[in-house]
Order: sequence, then C-alpha cells, then structure tokens
Amino acid sequence: MNDTTTRKGDLARSEARWTQAYAAAAVPGLSVTNRSGIEIKPLYTPSDWSGERYGKALGFPGEFPYTRGIYASMHRGRSWTQRQLVGLGVPEDYNARLREILAHGATAISLIPCNSVFRGYDADEVDAELLGTCGTVVNTVEDMERALEGVPLERISCALNDPSPFTLHAMLLAVAKRRGIDWSRITGTSNQSDCISHYVANHMFFRIALQGARRILVDHVVFANREVPRWNPLSVVGQHMQQAGATPAEAMAYTIASALQYAEDCIARGMDPDEFLPRFTFFFDISISFFEEVAKFRAGRRVWARLARERLGARDPRAWRFKFHAQTSGVDLTRQQPLNNIARVTAQAIAGIFGGLQSMHTDAYDEVFSTPTAEAARIAVATQNILREEARLTDVIDPLGGSYYVESLTDEMERRIDALIAEVDAAGGMYAAVEQGIVQHRIGESARRFQEAVESGRQQIVGVNAYRLEDEEVTAAPLEYPDRNRIDAQLATLAEFKSRRQKAIVDEALGELGRAAASGGNLYAGVVDAIGVGATHGEVCGRLRRELGFGQPLTAV
Amino acid sequence: MRERPPKVIVTKIGLDGHDRGSRIIAAHLRDAGMEVVYTPPWQRIDSVVKLAIEEDADVIGISSLATDHLLVPKLMLALREAGAADVKVVLGGIVPAADEAKLLESGVAQVFHPGSTLEEIAEAVRTLATRAREELNT
Repeated sequence: MNDTTTRKGDLARSEARWTQAYAAAAVPGLSVTNRSGIEIKPLYTPSDWSGERYGKALGFPGEFPYTRGIYASMHRGRSWTQRQLVGLGVPEDYNARLREILAHGATAISLIPCNSVFRGYDADEVDAELLGTCGTVVNTVEDMERALEGVPLERISCALNDPSPFTLHAMLLAVAKRRGIDWSRITGTSNQSDCISHYVANHMFFRIALQGARRILVDHVVFANREVPRWNPLSVVGQHMQQAGATPAEAMAYTIASALQYAEDCIARGMDPDEFLPRFTFFFDISISFFEEVAKFRAGRRVWARLARERLGARDPRAWRFKFHAQTSGVDLTRQQPLNNIARVTAQAIAGIFGGLQSMHTDAYDEVFSTPTAEAARIAVATQNILREEARLTDVIDPLGGSYYVESLTDEMERRIDALIAEVDAAGGMYAAVEQGIVQHRIGESARRFQEAVESGRQQIVGVNAYRLEDEEVTAAPLEYPDRNRIDAQLATLAEFKSRRQKAIVDEALGELGRAAASGGNLYAGVVDAIGVGATHGEVCGRLRRELGFGQPLTAV
Repeated sequence: MRERPPKVIVTKIGLDGHDRGSRIIAAHLRDAGMEVVYTPPWQRIDSVVKLAIEEDADVIGISSLATDHLLVPKLMLALREAGAADVKVVLGGIVPAADEAKLLESGVAQVFHPGSTLEEIAEAVRTLATRAREELNT
C-alpha cells in the first residue's frame, strides 16, 4: 500500500467520523439551498474537489479557461475601474458635474440620460414633470456638445447608457467630427445595447420591436468595428434579468446565451469572431449571496472561454476573455435601517472582487430611496478603496481558488449554466426562447420563489422580516427635482434647434434611414448620418419604430 | 347571487419600465381570488381611465419605481373628470415622504413602500374594493 492510498483511507475514515458527529449535533432536517437552487452541504472536503483537474478546470490567471481571472496579473497588477453613474438635469448640469469628476482625476465617464430619452422620445414629446428627474435630457448633437464641453474625448473613455438605435453614440461621433477628432481615437462602451435583456427584463430600454432591434445591433457592431475600432459596441447584460428575479445561475446562463446569439448573428453577416469578440463586454449584478456570486463569475468565465473557442471558433485568446463590469445589487438593499446597506454593499463588493471583475459600481446606501446624495455616493466609492487599500483584498489573485467549497460550487454552477444554455439551444437560440416566453417564465418563477422565501421567513432580511426595530419610522429623503425654469429653457433650446437646422437635409437623411430599413442597408450608418445633419433622437427613434415596429414586451403574468 | 370578486387594474404610467413589482403584485392578487387586469408599462393617463371605466374596476394599482408617481395627481384629476372618482387608487414602489403627502392629498387611497408584504397589500386592496362598491351604492 503506498502513501497516497493510506492517506485516502485515513481521510475517508476521518470524514465518516465527522459525518456521524455532525449528524448527532445538527438540527435534523435542516437543509440549505442557495438562490440558484443548489443544495449546500455543511462541509466540503477533498471528496468534493480534489484538485486533480487543476490544469484543465482552473489553469493560471490569464490562461484558458480563465477560471482564476482573465489577465495574468489581475487586481495585483491593476485595480478594477471604479465607475459611478452620472446623469442629471439638463446638459449644462451634467457638464458641471463631469468637470468636477474629471478634476478629481477620473479617466472614464458615464452618461445616464433621462427616462424620456430611454423611451425614445424628445423632451417635447413627454410630460414635462418627468424631464431630467432620472438622468440628463440629451436629444440633439448640440445637447451632446454642451454636455461634453471641455471634456477631452480623445483621452476619456465614455460609457453611454444608450439602447438601440444608439443615438447617443451617434451624437458623440458627431461631436468628435465637429471638433476634428478622428473616430479611431474614440474609446468607450455602448452600455444597454443588449436588446434581448430589455425585451425580457428591463422594458425601460426596449424601444424597437425585437427583430428590428436585432438587426440594428448587428449593424452597429459592423459599423463600430470598421469606423470606431476602439469602441465596445456591445455590453451583454445579466443585471436586468437578475434584478427581475433570475437566479445567479439563470442570469449568467441567459447572458452567455444572448452573447452566443449576437456572435452567431455577426458571423452569419460574414464577420470574423477574432475581429469582433474581443470588443464584447458583459455587465452583471452582484447579489449578497456571497459564495454563489463568486462561483457564478468563476463558472461564467470558464463557460464563455469554452464556447467562444469551441462553438464560435475564435482563435484569438482576447476573444475568449470574459470581460465584465458589475454593480452591487440594489435589490438586496432595504429602506429599513438604511445605513445597514453599507454593510450589504461591502459584502457584495467583496464577492465581486473575489469574482475577478474588471470594473465595479458600488451602490450608495440611500439608492433605495432615490438618486444618491453626494455623501452616500462618496461612501460607496470609499468602500471600494477601503477593501483594496486597507483590507488588502487584492494582494492575492483569486484568493478563494482551491477552496473545496468554492471549487465544488463553481463546478455545480457551471453544470446549471450549461443545462440552461442547452434549453435555450433546444428552443432555437435566445431570440426564439424569449419569443416563446421560456426565459421570462423561468425568471418569473424564480422571482416568485424568492419572494415566498422572504414572506415565509426562510430568507431573513435584517430590518424587514427579522431584527426589526420597534416603531422605526421609515422615511425617504426628499428627491431633488430639477429646476423647472431650466427644463423650460431646455425645451426652448430644442425648439430653437429644430427651427434653425436645414429641414430639407434632415428630412432627406430620415427618408434615407427609412429606405435603409426597408431595403436592408446598414441602419446604423443611417442613424449616424441623420444625427450628424441635425435629426433629433426622437425623430430617429420614431422613424425606425415606424419601419421596424414599436418595442412591446410579452405581457403574460 | 354571489358577490363578484374585487376587480383591480395593475399598471404603470409614465416612462419607467421596471415591472418586476407590478407582475408579482398582479399574480398575487389574482391568486388571492381577485380579478386582475394587468397592463404593460408606459400607459397613458387617458387610457388607464378608459380601462377603469370599461372594466368597471374597483381599484387601480400603480407601480412607480422612478419618478412616475409625479403624474398620479393628473390621473386623479382625470378620473374625477370622467366621473370615476369612486375607483380607489393605490400606489406601490419608491415614493419619497414629501411626495407621498401630496399624493394622498390628491386623492390616492394608500401608498405601499418596499417591505410591504403581499398579504398586507392584498388585504388593503380587498378592503378598498369593498369601500369603493359601498360608496357607489350609497
């Protein structure tokens, strides 16, 4: 008998002894299941994960299958990008805030437009009470010019919350052109470009009927690849689905299934995956289900690397890397005892860091009430800095790697993700699966299951269904609504812009866009042309909706 | 004759499209035995009023997670103008306290905040539906 066999025998005997001792001590019938429905054992040992498959299952950071991270040096080499969202009032308000942020050393900016913009309307098409209450009102190339005044576009990366048909991106390109900046120097990301996630789970951003949005998405990738090569035209979003109630495994599976669908559409258009896949990025929610989130990200990296290589046929390792931004989940935050949310965000952020993210947004503790106050936003950023500089979470790459539990859970999450992707494939791909309602049904069921767990007390939430304070007065800070005079001034600016521009040229460009929709030309090139000559956001969305259909989600409850 | 079950419209007005809450509420009220008319988000005020009259609804439940609650006073006015002031309006979602006072003043029957249980909401809606019918019959 050799040493290894003896050790294995000893281990098996020790484990059997512990199992008995545990059974004698533990509460009978106590079972623990995570949000993805995986039963969690009280202890994990080498019987669950032995490390024998280390090379194949984990490998090294920066190497296939990237379980331990997509770069060799990960956070030890370079911290994640700290991205907080900015969007308020009118373009001048936004610009003032932006200059403040840039003065503090930011190298990346974000733009969150007003809900009216998200819905595809100009300011003069909606109830004025709502303008600028959730983001910046940006309707024209000149609005964008004022929003970005003094911002060096050739040096600053811009993340735009910009669903199909990507009018804000077109405005950014038009501003660059006016300033004489070559488009090859423009960097940034089209966030909220994933129309499937909008159709399924965030109808806010769903402007154009699904199959029309599908076409524009590919046109945009084609256009960006050719004309704006450093731009990330696609951010595939798991956040909406998880916030709508998908389990972490479902959110990861459906996000990857969407990315596969988009990639396969691009390949069908004759594009080379090695050209466009390195520009795909992902965006996820980080819930407070700590180990499950860590395992979700580790498993997601492995699944994507395998599918990008084997199924999509990418040969360039840059195409296999699962680059993602993540945001701590607002769904876990509570109105009760709101300062507790700082602790929740901290736990979520640690899960994200250990999950190996590339970019992070930490929620402010008061986001459950309204747009964050300045102090709460500062604490959210400080949380990230404390975790890195004081808790020193980034000293070691993938520090949970090799944990019997985390590796075993990563394997199990991978199996769940694969099974869900197989279900989507069997339905005929992600578009077919969502048009049949398969994905929405699963997410709806998961949302309900979680709600029932909360209501029954199986899932305790501090301050909500457990550890409540007696007589707690739950209040919300008053919202700061934009000054109505400034909104009126913005409406006047829009009217003046519309009267000043050369109507015939705008009409011609919009007509051309309509013809491209009917004929099959590149629609996004048409959007860029129309915005460039002075068509407004609402006019472009309106024209495309007329040709391609208004976006309506499935409404079955 | 058995009393017909309470009839509730679950909807969203304005611009926001986050509908997890309205879907969960709609499903729960239905399971609690009510007749639920569920609409997609972004309803116009006049179409909600029309729907309430056509469906002879007892209660309208509005879900608001962004700032769309700011439009609810307009809805209350439109209901009164259409002669449908008996329909009770409840709101659920994220509503600052200062705005809640204004909403109640405009005639909203009740505002539910995050953390309200489905039981509480169903109970309140049932009571309001009963009251709406009593008011209509007196």
